[in-house]
This record gives sequence, structure tokens and C-alpha cells, in this order.
Amino acid sequence: MSRRVLLIEDEPNIVEAIRFLLVRDGWQVEAHSDGADAVEVVVAAKPDLVILDVMLPGKSGMDVLRDLRDIDETKGLPVLMLTARGQSRDRDMAEKAGVSRFMTKPFSNAEVLTAVRDLHAQATRS
Amino acid sequence: MATLNLLILVCLAYVILLFGVAFIADRLAATGRSTWLRSPLVYTLSLSIYCTAWTFYGAVGYAARSGLEYLTIYLGPTLVMIGWWWGLRKLVRIGRSQRVTSIADLISSRYGKSNLLAVCVTILAVIGVTPYIALQLQSITLSFGVFVDSDAMGEYGEHGVVFWVAIGLAVFAILFGTRNLDANERHHGVVTAVALEAVVKLVALLAVGIFVVWGIAGGVQETLVRIDTSRIGEWQVDGGRWMMITFLSAAAFVCLPRMFQVMVVENDDERHLRTAAWAFPLYLLLISLFVVPIAAVGLDLMDQTDNPDMFVLTVPLSQGREGLAVLAFLGGFSSATSMVIVAAMAMSTMVSNHIVMPIWLSSRSGSASFSGDVRHVILLARRISIAAIMALGYFYYRLSGGGTALASIGLISFAGISQILPALVGGLFWRGATRTGALAGLTVGFALWVYTSLLPGMGTGVLSASVMMHGPLGLEWLRPHALFGIEGMDPIMHTVLWSLSLNTAAFCLVSLYTFPSPLERLQGAQFVNVFDHSTSPRGWTGSVAQAEDLMIMSQRILGAHEAQELFHREAELQGAWGGHLPEPTPQFLDRLERALSGTVGAATSHAMIGQIVGGSSVSVEDLLAVADESAQLLEYSSQLEAKSAELARTARQLREANEKLTQISLQKDAFLSQVSHELRTPMTSIRAFSEILRDAESLTPEEKTRYATIIHDEALRLTRLLNDLLDLSVLESGQVSLNMRGGTLSDVLDRAVSPALAGVDRPLVVHRRKSNEAIALYSDLDRLAQVFINLIANAQKYCDATDPELVITVHQMGGQLLVDFVDNGSGIPPEAQSLVFEKFARVSAEKAGGAGLGLAICREIMQRLGGDVTYLGGVSGGAFRVTLPLANEMAAQ
Repeated sequence: MSRRVLLIEDEPNIVEAIRFLLVRDGWQVEAHSDGADAVEVVVAAKPDLVILDVMLPGKSGMDVLRDLRDIDETKGLPVLMLTARGQSRDRDMAEKAGVSRFMTKPFSNAEVLTAVRDLHAQATRS
Repeated sequence: MATLNLLILVCLAYVILLFGVAFIADRLAATGRSTWLRSPLVYTLSLSIYCTAWTFYGAVGYAARSGLEYLTIYLGPTLVMIGWWWGLRKLVRIGRSQRVTSIADLISSRYGKSNLLAVCVTILAVIGVTPYIALQLQSITLSFGVFVDSDAMGEYGEHGVVFWVAIGLAVFAILFGTRNLDANERHHGVVTAVALEAVVKLVALLAVGIFVVWGIAGGVQETLVRIDTSRIGEWQVDGGRWMMITFLSAAAFVCLPRMFQVMVVENDDERHLRTAAWAFPLYLLLISLFVVPIAAVGLDLMDQTDNPDMFVLTVPLSQGREGLAVLAFLGGFSSATSMVIVAAMAMSTMVSNHIVMPIWLSSRSGSASFSGDVRHVILLARRISIAAIMALGYFYYRLSGGGTALASIGLISFAGISQILPALVGGLFWRGATRTGALAGLTVGFALWVYTSLLPGMGTGVLSASVMMHGPLGLEWLRPHALFGIEGMDPIMHTVLWSLSLNTAAFCLVSLYTFPSPLERLQGAQFVNVFDHSTSPRGWTGSVAQAEDLMIMSQRILGAHEAQELFHREAELQGAWGGHLPEPTPQFLDRLERALSGTVGAATSHAMIGQIVGGSSVSVEDLLAVADESAQLLEYSSQLEAKSAELARTARQLREANEKLTQISLQKDAFLSQVSHELRTPMTSIRAFSEILRDAESLTPEEKTRYATIIHDEALRLTRLLNDLLDLSVLESGQVSLNMRGGTLSDVLDRAVSPALAGVDRPLVVHRRKSNEAIALYSDLDRLAQVFINLIANAQKYCDATDPELVITVHQMGGQLLVDFVDNGSGIPPEAQSLVFEKFARVSAEKAGGAGLGLAICREIMQRLGGDVTYLGGVSGGAFRVTLPLANEMAAQ
């Protein structure tokens, strides 16, 4: 059984770096760069986990997260959120919106891997 | 029997005596040695001109005809003197403070110094007093007739005697009353002579009375028996008539011009009224004491045909007491002369001041030199007025036939003069009384009196018997003695009832419906509140104040603690220990007023204490002062309002500044957040790939190269971002130093195009027309080139055409140089056009390597150079326009 990650991030270099890490860890990685249709993409792709950037063109990652939590299929989906805006306000907002894990850029590769594994383990246990 | 000549001689001697007394009194007054002349006794005696020949002779006749009713004539003045002395005091105070010369002057003065009103009162007084003067003439003639046979009279004829008596009295009055012209209209000589005459009449009447009681009747007991057996004992007391006549005589006592003359005009000292308040009633009591005995004995002794009016003379004569009779005659003569003199004096003042002088002055208007002979004119006017008044009296006597009883003539006169009462009393006590109201009341009352009393009193020659019986034109309800069908009333009661009640009603109603002029209101206030204005207006007298009330008021104003302390201190000063309130002494009240004035202002404080102390009403001045204070308070509060408006304005400005600061702070936060994002994003890539390069095993060489390139590019991106940020920061803070120098536009464009396209994989074709670009510039050419590079690079980056082209066109317009950069792409969507110059505004989702600060920097630069950069929305394709002042324009600046 393959583990699938959907990466929603508009910065191509970052997408490439995360894809490299996760693929090597045995994940199937799909990427999407726009916020406007992100929710539909998530619903259609049915990934095991979503990595979501906050500052996306078209629609903010925060709004995408809220919408995901309103939809039955994605209500319990593990979402790892990444932000380049180093403000605690964003963390509060994300937690309120129902984020599973929140990380500030720049992050270490090990952190990302650990977070993704932990989230997946929690999701499969429950 | 005394001969006529002897009587005339006695009269002349008496007159000369009076003249001498008056002369000496005047001299003493002039030299200032007249203290005794100004005693309250003289004042009281001078008031006795109320007792005229009517009282002297007529009271006995009145008693003989109507019993004790004659007492009402004395009762009215007595009640006024005792019960209303404070009202008289007010009258006197006003008379002095307003320098009033007559009752007409007083009324006129009260109602806004209206001469029309003065003329009305004067005419009313002249007409009202004329019967009275006729009465005096009649009484003197009658008294002559008692002594002298009609045969002896024949020499002069009855009317001749009256004529000469009138002439004599006129001369007498002129000699006494108009010898000189006092500025204050006081006549010490006359008053002294009148006082002497008062003594003479009292002594004469008392002498006759004593003679009658002890000489004829034989003692008090016998006299009482005679009274009981005479008709006098049988007269019923008519309560209504008594009250009416008492009221009438009281009214006349106040309103009669001659009474006003002696009581107000001739008054030297207000305190004399206090003495007069008991002394004058005592005089009246004495003079009326023997009226009934004389009448009773007279009725007993004399024939039915004898005139009871003359009992005072005829009774002594019948007993052969000629000396006593002559004394009585002198008493009657005194009564008549004193009344006539003072009345004529008072009337002449009114006539000359209010009728003759205005006419004379208006006829002389324009003449500049009348100041010299005004005195002479006034004196002449007075003399003529006196003669005219006497003539009027004489003609009334001739017209009325001299047959009416003395008392009824007197009552007609009283009723006439009483018409002044509503206007007078209203004027003293009612601020709302107006001139029009007074005129209306006087007119109505006067007309009714003339119609119902004066004209019928003149006999059938004036109003025919048919009018009396059936009314004018047969209108029964207009019968003079039965107005509106009210019949069976005593004529005088009928007159008084109708005239005074309609007079008062008209006065009140018209006053209520008319508005007084400012002068009227001012005068009204001065009259009504005279005691607050004259002598010591700011001092507190009398101490009926309630200390508790003062305390309560003070607590409200000063606060409980301070007020209690003040009162406690004052109580200690007064020697009252142990929590007693201080007595409201004038000193205390003054201090309290000062203490309160510190809080509420002097006028308000005075008015407030005035309200409590003796309930004195608040004067116009007080109110005006209060209004002034209120105005000051209002001004103060409007200043406060202005200040608070200013504060509000400041607060608003502060709020706006604060909002701006908040907004700037938000913008700064947003900017920092953006900067953070722009910094962290390349750093994330750098960190991630450097960790991959470090940790990951089995990387292909291609992968290694690629990841190192990414790290390198992202590091460059960071450098660019930092450069842009610093550049923008310097431009925005205004600390940038411009390197202005001369050059041409084509050179600057040349310098811009090649670096912008250097190292680009995708070709952008730039179209220029160099012939148009030979334009001299004076600017910071490096900065300008930076802007051009940015715009060209933007076109290169964002133009979405397959074969991207950029056209650079140059125009000159109105001293401005316009450089347009238009590409063949799809341009910027309209909703984003306004945003392109904002920091970090990236229109498309694609990454173009910039941080989104380029256009913001361009705009900052162009604004520093005195120009601008704008987006041209109406053009297809991306189109930017750079505006720049031309070199000569710049040089000119």
C-alpha cells in the first residue's frame, strides 16, 4: 500500500526539495501550486496527507484548510502547514482552523520527515 | 347783629394775619431757621384741609339729615391713615424720588411720562374739584347770609357776594400760592398758614361744641338725652351706604389734588407720616366730636326752616353769643379758604404744567431764547389757572343754583376724583398696569361719573327731566340714575358702583391686553419697587428674615460645611452660643450677602437675600444685574464650550493620527510579514538542498549540480531582495542623494536596454525611434536608467506574447517629457492595475525572480526626480509611461 502526499506549494524549489525527501522515504508525492482550486484537487486526489503552504496565489492556505475541515471526506485528513511568515498569529489561526501540525520555514529536512511520519502514524492508528 | 362790613373787616384782618404768618414762615424757611415749621405737627395740621367748609358746616347738617352717617366722611381718611400708612409712605417716597409736582404728574410719570394721561387727570381733577370749590363759595355766602339780613345783602346781591368772595379767594390763592416759584414746589408759608387755619377751625368747632353741650344743654348727660329724643337717634345705619361712603372718602382722601399737594408734594420728611398716622385721626375725632350734639341741639332749638348746615353759626347767634358766632364764622372761613387756596394751587400746577406749558412751548418751538422768561410764563400760567379754576367754581355755583345740600355736592366731587384711584393704586402695586389701561379706566369712569352724577347734579337745565325719567332717546336702561335697569339705588352709590367698577375693569383688562413701552416698564418698576431704589437701596433694614431660610439657602450655595461655619461664626459674634442661629441683623445680612456673592454674583446674592428678608420683591435693577451675571456665565460657558470644542477637535486629530499610526503600523506589519516571507522562501530552498547535498546518499552528479545551482540562484535572489529593500528604504525616507547632471534621453535609453536584456534566454525585441530621442535632460541619469531597466525587464519577464516586442515612444507635452513602454502582451488586468506599484504586489502566479519591489522603487525614483510613472490602462498590452520634466523646465526651477 502506497502512502500518498499532496504538496500544495507555489515555490518550485521547495516543491522539488520536499518531493526529493519524501520520495526517498517511500512516499508518492503529488504537487499543486495554486490555492484557488486546491480544495477540489485534495478531494479528488484523496491523499493520505497534505502539506499546505500558507501564502498561495489565488487563495490563502488558511482558507483552504478551513474549507477542508468543512468537508466530510477531508475533515480528518492530516494537514501539515508550512509558513514563511514568521508570526505567532498565523500559528494561532492555523490551530483554530484545525491544522494537524504547523511548521515555520526554513525547516530542517529531518523535521519535515518526522512530522510527516508522525502524522501518518496517528492517522492510521485512529 | 354784625354788619357785613364788620365781617368783611374781620375777614380781611384774618387774611392779613394769615398772609403775615405765611410770609414769616417763608422767610424762616429761606434762611434755614424753620425747624419747627417742619415738625410732624405742622404736617398733620396741614392735612386737615381735608376738613373743608363742607365738614365744618356740612357735617352738622349731614348729621341732622342722616344721623351718624356723617362719620363715614371721617372714617375713610382715618382708615387710610391707620391702615394704609405704608401705602401713603410709598406714595410719599415716590413723590420725593420722582420729584412729583401733582397727582397728574404722578400718574403721568408712572405710565411712561405720558402727557396725554396727565391732561386727562388734570381735566378730571378740574371738573371733579369745580363743584367742591363751588361748595366753598356757597358755604361762605351762606355763612355771610346768616349774619346779614338779605336786605343788607341787597347792596351787593346774593350772587354779588359770591362773585366777590370768589374774586377774593382767587386773589388770596394767587398771593399765597404763586408768590414765588419753588424748584421743589414746596410752599412752607402756605403750609404754615394752612396749619394755623386748621387750629382755628378746630378751636372754633370745639368752642361751639363746648358751648352747646355745657352752655345750652347743661352737661353731657342732658346732651345725650337730647340726642336720643331728636331725629338723629332714629336714623338707621345703612350698611351698604356706609361702606360705600367710607370707601369713597378714603379714595378721595388719597386722590384729591389738594390732599396730594399737602401730603406728598409738601411733605418734608417721610417720618412725619408716622406721627400723622395717629395725630390726624385724632384731629378728625376731635373735630367730629361735637357734630352730633350741635345737630341735636340745633334741631331742638331752631325752626324747621333753618338750614341745618348753618347750625354752627345759628345756634350761638340764637343764644346771643355773637363773639362765638364770629369765631365759628372764622373757623368756616378758614376751612373754605384753606381748601380753596391749596386746591387752586394744586390745580394750577397741574393745569399750567400739563396743559398751558406744553401748548406755550410748542407754540414757541424754534425760538431759542425762552429760558429767560420761563419763570415768568409759569407764574403767569399759574395765576391765570387759579383765576380760571375759581371762575369755573363760580359758574358751577351759579349753574347749580346753589340749592343742593353741601354734603351731596361734596360726594359728587369725591366720586369724580375717585376715578383716579384704580390707575393710582394699580400703578403703585401692579407692574403690569399700562398707560393704555390707565387711560381706558379713567375715560370709562370719568364718562360714567359725568353722566350719572355731575350732569344730573347741575339741575334740569343740563339734563332734561325726560332724560332723567326715561333715559336718552327713551332708552330706559340708559337712565342716569338707573343704568342697565338697576333702580332704587341711592344716586351716589349708583354712580360709585358703576363708574369705579367699570373703571377698574377697563383698567385691568386693557392693561392685561396691552404691552407697556420700555419707559413705562422702567417707571412701573421704579414705582412698584420704590423702597428698593431710594435711600439706602443696598442696605438691609428690618429683621423679619428667617434665619433658617437663610441657612438653607446658604447651604445650597456655599455647601453645608462652609455655610454652617459662617453662621456659627456670626452667631458667636452676636454673642449667641451653643448652636443658635445668628439674628438676621443688617450687619450679618451684609456679610452674608458678600459671602454669597462670591459664589453667585453680587446681584443674585442681593436678590436672593431680598427674597427671604421681608419678602421684598426683586427690583428691575436687581433682575438686570442678575441677567448681567447670567450673561457673563453664559459667555463663560460659551468660552468653555469653545474650549471643549477645541479639545474635541484635538482629540479627533489625535484619534485620526492614531488611526493613521495604527494603519502605518499595520502596513509595517504587513510589510515585515512580506519581507519575512520573501527572505524565508529562498532560505528554505537553500537549507533544504544544502541538507540534501550534505546528508543524502547516492546522488547523481547531475542532481548535485542542479541542487547547487538552485542554492546559488536562491542566494542571488536573497541578495537582490536585500538590495531592493535597502534602495526602497533610502528612497522612502527621502535620504537619497540625487546626482543631477545633463545628458540626452537616447543615451539613457541606450544604457538601459542592453543590461535589461543581458543574459536572457528569451528574446525581447525593442522598437525605438532614435530621431525622437535627441532630447536634452537634466536629471539623475543613473536613477532614470534604473527605472528604464526595470520597465524593460518587466516587459521581458511578463510579456506573454510568443514573440515579445516592446515599443518605446517619446513625446513632449506641456513642458513634460513622456516616455511610453508598450509591449504586445495581454497587459495587466484592470483590477490589478492600481496595485502594480504597491510593494510586493505580484500580479501573476508565476515566479519571475523579483521580490515585487521593482515598480514601487520606480515610482519612488520618478517622484524624487519631479516626474512619475503610471500604468496606461487604455492600451492593449502592458503599457507604462514615465513622465519627466524637460531639461529647460528643470533648469528653470
